[in-house]
Amino acid sequence: MIPILNASGCLDALTAPGIAQRLDAFVTKTVTPLPREGNPPPRIAETDAGMLNSIGLQNPGIEAFVRDNLPRLATLGVPVWVSVGGFSAADYADVCAQLDDYDDVATIELNLSCPNVEEAPETAAELVAAARQPTTKPLYAKLSPATWDIAESARAVAAAGADGLSLINTIRGLELDAVSRRPKLARGAGGYSGPALRPIALACVHACADAVDLPIVGMGGVASGADAHDFVAVGASSVALGTILFSDPQAPERIRAELGADEPAATDSLRGLGRESATAAKLSAD
Amino acid sequence: MNRAGDTVSLGGPEARRQLLHVVGTEPVGPYTLVRLDRGRLDPGVPGQFFMLEAPGRVLPRPMSLCRAPDCELAFLLDPIGPGTRALCALEPGQSIHVLGPLGNGFDLSVERPLLVAGGIGIAPMPYLAHALGGAPAILGFRSDRHAEAARLLPDAEVVVEPRLVTELLPEDPGDVLACGPEAMLDAVRARVPTAQLAWEAPMACGYGACYGCVVERDGRYVRLCIEGPVLQDAA
Repeated sequence: MIPILNASGCLDALTAPGIAQRLDAFVTKTVTPLPREGNPPPRIAETDAGMLNSIGLQNPGIEAFVRDNLPRLATLGVPVWVSVGGFSAADYADVCAQLDDYDDVATIELNLSCPNVEEAPETAAELVAAARQPTTKPLYAKLSPATWDIAESARAVAAAGADGLSLINTIRGLELDAVSRRPKLARGAGGYSGPALRPIALACVHACADAVDLPIVGMGGVASGADAHDFVAVGASSVALGTILFSDPQAPERIRAELGADEPAATDSLRGLGRESATAAKLSAD
Repeated sequence: MNRAGDTVSLGGPEARRQLLHVVGTEPVGPYTLVRLDRGRLDPGVPGQFFMLEAPGRVLPRPMSLCRAPDCELAFLLDPIGPGTRALCALEPGQSIHVLGPLGNGFDLSVERPLLVAGGIGIAPMPYLAHALGGAPAILGFRSDRHAEAARLLPDAEVVVEPRLVTELLPEDPGDVLACGPEAMLDAVRARVPTAQLAWEAPMACGYGACYGCVVERDGRYVRLCIEGPVLQDAA
């Protein structure tokens, strides 16, 4: 069985609890130390093969989150993963320290790569190291595909104490209005997601699975059971749904049904297939 | 084929998502009326909306209901982009997924309704007029061709640019229910602060997941799909 999660930012369990309950774990939108109103609209734009978003980490801040949202999320009956963001290593440490007190937080996912806000000056590994100090919760590092060598990032965050990887975040993109030739999003560029991201995500999972021995949540254009199988074949142990949830809120049960025909052994036999064939291809080319 | 239940729990009243058959399409001036078999979807309150699967596109499109004849849901579309063009090109025999009804529609407990619409903002007005048992309407369009859509509301007063629909607003307009471009809604609100206004925004999901459709309200960003699309300032 392949666990199915949602990608952070792609579902609000307080507005649509029935959809969150169809998942094996619910991942929150990113929570930051202070409340954020987010970016000005327009915030989304469709492209031919995906979509752009520029939400800007709109969230109530960690204080209101643990007071108002977390108790309600705890009633969902599925494990709650909290996505954590910030603008410095101290921000990540601060939010993780506060979450560590709550049994209802199953896992912390560190959003190390939001393309829609100013980045923290520290490296991903430094942010993971800072977040590792105040908490014993499982820590997943969500990495950006916009890097020269994501396997190197994976090794660095693993050494800094990450317990797993979430691969991948959106990649920055821009779309223009066909008439005005101006950006469709108020802030210009945004995070690109959807079907176009899938080959990029598969390459990242493939590279990181070879580099580190950590569980990987694969995401980026997963829209079917076949897509989920692809991610498992390159080394993911679970998958997360993002853009597909917007067009098909029933995607969790549909994809589970598409996977359901398989025996567990059949899924197991997929593991590593995508990596083997690539290795073989590389050897024959050499 | 997914038969895993077609009801989507969104926390409030149940919206359904179902594959609906296309009954037919009709040109209305430059617009197209897309008629779908209703299936088991509720038509909802006028001003609520549905997410229509746009064939070949990544995201569905939010559309308010134009007409709700027996067994059908009919949407008036302006083919302005790849998604709306794909929807206008639908043919009988094809099917699309539809999710709805969603959001908050018009408050129908009004004593002296006046419907005000600009351009494709006429879309929810026929269903709204029907639900109100008839209501006077004023409509504005940018050309005579666009004004052909006024036939959907036969008794309406109509102006064409450069005249503006706000010129037809009477001194005492009563309870205004409006839909149209942002500039028109701003102008209507300036004249009639208590007007019920149906706004639109780019939307990815329609059910509160994406936070893409926010509008500023009382100094904060709120999701139009949840708080709206019909908004009314405090009386």
